[in-house]
Amino acid sequence: MDEALLRSLTPGVLGILVRRGADFAAAEDAVQEALVEAVRVWPADPPRDPKGWLVTAAWRKFLDATRADTARLRREDRVHEEPPPGPAPSVDDTLRLYFLCAHPSLTPSSAVALTLRAVGGLTTRQIARAYLVPEATMAQRISRAKRTVSGVRFDRPGDVATVLRVLYLVFNEGYSGDIDLAAEAIRLTRQLAAVIDHPEVAGLLALMLLHHARRAARTAPDGSLVPLAEQDRGRWDTGAIAEGVGILQAALARDRLGEFQAQAAIAALHADARTAAETDWVQIAEWYDELVRLTDSPVVRLNRAVAVGEADGPRAGLAALAGLDATLPRHTAVAAYLHERDGDLATAARLYAEAAHQASNLAERDHLTRQAARLNARRSR
Amino acid sequence: MAKYLLLKHYRGAPAAVNDVPMDQWRPEEISAHVQYMRDFADRLEKTGEFVDGQALAPEGAWVRYDGEGRPPVTDGPFAETKDLIAGWMVIDVDTYERAVELAGELSAAPGAGGKPIHEWLELRPFLSAPPTVTE
Repeated sequence: MDEALLRSLTPGVLGILVRRGADFAAAEDAVQEALVEAVRVWPADPPRDPKGWLVTAAWRKFLDATRADTARLRREDRVHEEPPPGPAPSVDDTLRLYFLCAHPSLTPSSAVALTLRAVGGLTTRQIARAYLVPEATMAQRISRAKRTVSGVRFDRPGDVATVLRVLYLVFNEGYSGDIDLAAEAIRLTRQLAAVIDHPEVAGLLALMLLHHARRAARTAPDGSLVPLAEQDRGRWDTGAIAEGVGILQAALARDRLGEFQAQAAIAALHADARTAAETDWVQIAEWYDELVRLTDSPVVRLNRAVAVGEADGPRAGLAALAGLDATLPRHTAVAAYLHERDGDLATAARLYAEAAHQASNLAERDHLTRQAARLNARRSR
Repeated sequence: MAKYLLLKHYRGAPAAVNDVPMDQWRPEEISAHVQYMRDFADRLEKTGEFVDGQALAPEGAWVRYDGEGRPPVTDGPFAETKDLIAGWMVIDVDTYERAVELAGELSAAPGAGGKPIHEWLELRPFLSAPPTVTE
């Protein structure tokens, strides 16, 4: 039984049922039942057209369930009036699913779970493991999400920005469990980019590919963080970088800049430098100016201060930092770094230790503690 | 999307508003309290925010390595002044605000006289995996 094939077909089948007017939750149940039947029947009797087989089986399951329902008559009328199923562009169906799963009425965690389930075709168990919560909890999260969107009618396209945010959330959730969520997010974004012509979709795909390309070099074998400047650039995935840069250039050429394209441009400039010293910080700082203009986010201003520090020197970086809220995540770490570059090791060591205390993840905390220890050791020598 | 630990203390937390030792409650008040906690956990499972929760026995000891070939040192029964964790619950929620809201609800569990205890709960975020950042 080819599990990957089943998984790749699931969203399309689900999309067709939804487009034919099946309620989302009922369609999902019907597709799951059809999958179970496929697992039972296919090994002995493989279908010539797997997708067509699944659509037929799932539609039959849906009709069975609907007939058994109390609202039988009304729905049978609807089924009766439905034109006979013919070949349909599966493209639109998948897109519809993306928008449904990222519906604004869902919380971010529900939207993420539903997307992985309905568009990604992952099992509840796989999603629960990836997010380190019990399967029962994830099952409830998904069925609540299904109920929430079950009355939603899709006569207008949804909000692309919301879909992109959900996919970026999946990407950022990291790498634990037997499902690589970053790779899954790239797969889903690639699929989305194939069905929707939007520069920011391309921008997000490029950004993910460029980040992902550096993944192997980002951590040491013991799990500790390796800063960008110290990464072994030989371990970067040049294929993924080339693909990301290509996608980005095509998107930028359309002159509809958005925040993901700007972020991808920064990532591309990093990926482009053969050594850390060759990094084009002046251009990176200019892209951060664009990003500030597009998002006006304090986190972006903070990152911009780092770039300015590299482009125009640590004093300029500290000046850029001065106006920002000191309680921002990583603010103290950035201040520590700039003070170190400026030669004020005592202040830098104190700030690194303070930043370690505030860190929200283990790898970052250990890294910052080591930075403080390194400076303290140097000062006492 | 972010996990938090809710810690309930036998001892060590600031005094609750409705601060009557549990052994002086009426039995049905204790049952109501237990039921409240159980309902709370059930509800969180249904919203997809529950990860785990357990109660802990009041007995406990500090344990420390005491050198090669020697048994670990324990400090014996707890001294009166020490913090004592009564139980914990792990939740997985979208925002810090939601975690605070839930901790507030848990703190409203009924106590003596059927009135909320208003006990202090400790709320601690888990350290997470490093996010991908644009450098």
